[in-house]
Amino acid sequence: MDNFTVGVVVFPGSNCDRDVSWALEGCLDITTKYLWHESSDLSCVDAIVLPGGFSYGDYLRCGAIARFSPLINALDDFVKSGRRVLGICNGFQILTESGFLPGALTANKNLNFICDDVELDIVSSKGGWFNDGGEKQTIKLPIAHGEGRYHCDTDTFKKLVDNELIALRYKNNPNGSSFDIAGITNEKGNVLGLMPHPERACDEIIGGTDGLFTLKSLMLK
Amino acid sequence: MDQFAVKVFVRLRPSVLDPAGEATKSASIKLGAEGIKSLRIGKMIEVKIEGNGENEVREKIDLLCDRLFANTVIEDYEYSLEKL
Repeated sequence: MDNFTVGVVVFPGSNCDRDVSWALEGCLDITTKYLWHESSDLSCVDAIVLPGGFSYGDYLRCGAIARFSPLINALDDFVKSGRRVLGICNGFQILTESGFLPGALTANKNLNFICDDVELDIVSSKGGWFNDGGEKQTIKLPIAHGEGRYHCDTDTFKKLVDNELIALRYKNNPNGSSFDIAGITNEKGNVLGLMPHPERACDEIIGGTDGLFTLKSLMLK
Repeated sequence: MDQFAVKVFVRLRPSVLDPAGEATKSASIKLGAEGIKSLRIGKMIEVKIEGNGENEVREKIDLLCDRLFANTVIEDYEYSLEKL
């Protein structure tokens, strides 16, 4: 059987694709393959990461143009097949714009581009993306975004709560996100979108390893 | 085929905070403008488009607004249409 392979999608303007690949290959020994956004053949990968960056220069809205790429069109069948998709930062924005996840991401409340480490509460481990089985219910991950304010209305929030779709909440909400939301999953649990960057927290030498669990969980069936 | 000039206005929904609008309001007050009660920033998109009559063009513009120009989770849109 071939190695489990994670596809790392590259849009024009992606800038965390190599970080994700480095973290998966170098820290977790997971095989990766870059997928150009114009590719629609996803049969060669077992899971997909939509990395951070500024796809299509964030024109119109973050993630709005990327949504129309051939790869995102092909993602629907991939998700329906149960395979796992992780959207980080701009990847999360693309997942909301394309309707895989509810809500939207817009400008930070204070208009600053925020680059910092943040404390996050694990709210749900739906899909097995986070380790809430042990004592550690809080993790620390870096954020780096100007448009990371998650917005949803109260009906959507109720649905998120009722179905345990809120994965992460900020301890000290840095960007004005509705209900402190930092990451959510779809109902099946095989799609996770989050603003923090787990790939930047995979080695003690760069400040922490709290992102390892999430990246490793790409391999869950 | 008829040609139309369309102006699409995309605005954040009233319930969505507009920090850029708030910052611009603050600068407007510093400039000395008095009486500003509210200031919100939107987008205007100009499109020239061909079609067989206004109804067909409206259908195309509705699709563009709903699927691309606006994210209806956070934005509303309206447009005006002029036959050229």
